[in-house]
Amino acid sequence: MGTTEKIYFYPLWLRIWHGFNALGIIILIFTGISMQSSFDTPIIGFNLIVNLHNIAGIVVFISYLFYFTGNLATSNGKYYKIKRKGFFSNLIKQGNYYVLGMFQGEKSPFPISEKRKFNPLQKFIYVIVMYLAVPVVIVTGIALLFPEIIIDKAWGISGVFMTAILHSAMGFFISIFLIIHLYIASVGKSPLDNYKGIINGWHHI
Amino acid sequence: MKYRFVLLFFIFLSLSFKDIKAQSYQDPQHHACLKCHSNQSYSFNNEVTGKIVKRLMNPYYILDTIAISAGVHKQFDCTDCHSSEYKTYPHKSDLKLQPLSSCIDCHGGDASFAKYKFEEIEREFKKSVHFKVYGENFNCSKCHSQHTYVATARNSSNVLDIVDYNNKMCLSCHNDMKKYKMVSGHDNPKLVVIHDWLPNQELHFRHVRCIECHTEVVDSLMVSHNILSKDHAVRKCVECHSANSKLKASLYKYQNLQKRSENGTISSILTNSSYTIGTHQSPLLKLLSIIIFLAVLTGIIIHGAFRIFKKKQ
Repeated sequence: MGTTEKIYFYPLWLRIWHGFNALGIIILIFTGISMQSSFDTPIIGFNLIVNLHNIAGIVVFISYLFYFTGNLATSNGKYYKIKRKGFFSNLIKQGNYYVLGMFQGEKSPFPISEKRKFNPLQKFIYVIVMYLAVPVVIVTGIALLFPEIIIDKAWGISGVFMTAILHSAMGFFISIFLIIHLYIASVGKSPLDNYKGIINGWHHI
Repeated sequence: MKYRFVLLFFIFLSLSFKDIKAQSYQDPQHHACLKCHSNQSYSFNNEVTGKIVKRLMNPYYILDTIAISAGVHKQFDCTDCHSSEYKTYPHKSDLKLQPLSSCIDCHGGDASFAKYKFEEIEREFKKSVHFKVYGENFNCSKCHSQHTYVATARNSSNVLDIVDYNNKMCLSCHNDMKKYKMVSGHDNPKLVVIHDWLPNQELHFRHVRCIECHTEVVDSLMVSHNILSKDHAVRKCVECHSANSKLKASLYKYQNLQKRSENGTISSILTNSSYTIGTHQSPLLKLLSIIIFLAVLTGIIIHGAFRIFKKKQ
């Protein structure tokens, strides 16, 4: 790699969580799309897909609790704290860098360091995904596992319907995040460097 | 003298009206049949012993007068269908052996009932497991009580009411040991047990009718009457939980008609296909998700292409 500086950004517990979460989310996306399109073949039946979706959902739920506790118990949680000062301008700066700056040879406006694991845009998206979208998808998912606990009607609209819409809309949002996440991960020291980092724990600067 | 006759005529007339009123189901205590058949017990003068006897009414012969008053046949009196000889008590024993009119006797071949397609219903019914098991003895009234029948599915705008009314018809036998055994010759299976495979059983039972899975859908009929044997019942989730749901041709046929005739509220349109899975049950969200997905993909391809291009430079 020829890199001299590297930081141990991803401790083992985080990598284990990330692995389970990634696997679970990928299964959830594929089975979710299959259910939506009524995919049903003699080998992979609809029931199997539903069961897989349920199991993967529970795995993601448990791994989320692990992640949440880990962030409370270790110093990893501090990387998610958003600074109010210059919030919007920092987002725009980072956005501009991705769209234009990086092609014009500019340096990253928020270089990664021991103190800054995520750039402001990355941090903002991670917080939205991990502290809003994933909890919502988990809560609605649990509700859909036990639909009798959902209120029958709210504002004249079926409760199950609203829960299902919210669940799949959030699921879709997470899928879009995953695509961008996987792509942006290739913007590293080398295109494969960040993928290696989440396996061995080291991030090269 | 002449005025007395006029007066007597009016008294007679008013008494006759009183008699007509007495036949109404609203006033069962003065109705010749219902004064006994709407009560748990009845009394009569035993002419042999000369004593007044009080007995329990056969529970199967007790009628719900409130339900009768709301039923589609409320304008008919008992003896319009049952023999007028029932007006005397004790009823003659051979009256029970006289055949009753069937639904087709009144409803068949009548243009005013053509839209209900009674003849086609009869043809479909004769293919059903009910007819195969019990033959002609399985008549319409086994499910549709002529006394209390209400066309709920056609008139109610609440799907849950339609489902509840309809499923009670099935449960009246399938959840009743005596009635079920009389028709089938064996004990009734426990419904909760045989539907054990069905996820969210209670929710399904409340939101869809038994006939959704247990009949063969016929497009020309509102309700298919070809009740299938359990081996042919729907067991695949996707048959309902898909964009091309079986429910559109059965339960939601009614809703669709209402939507067309009343221009439907947003909620009825929204909930109309809530049996399909995911956001794609809403066409707007489906379109939006496809646009977002394609936009992201395009963005990534362009960005990636620029990166490759830049690297080569």
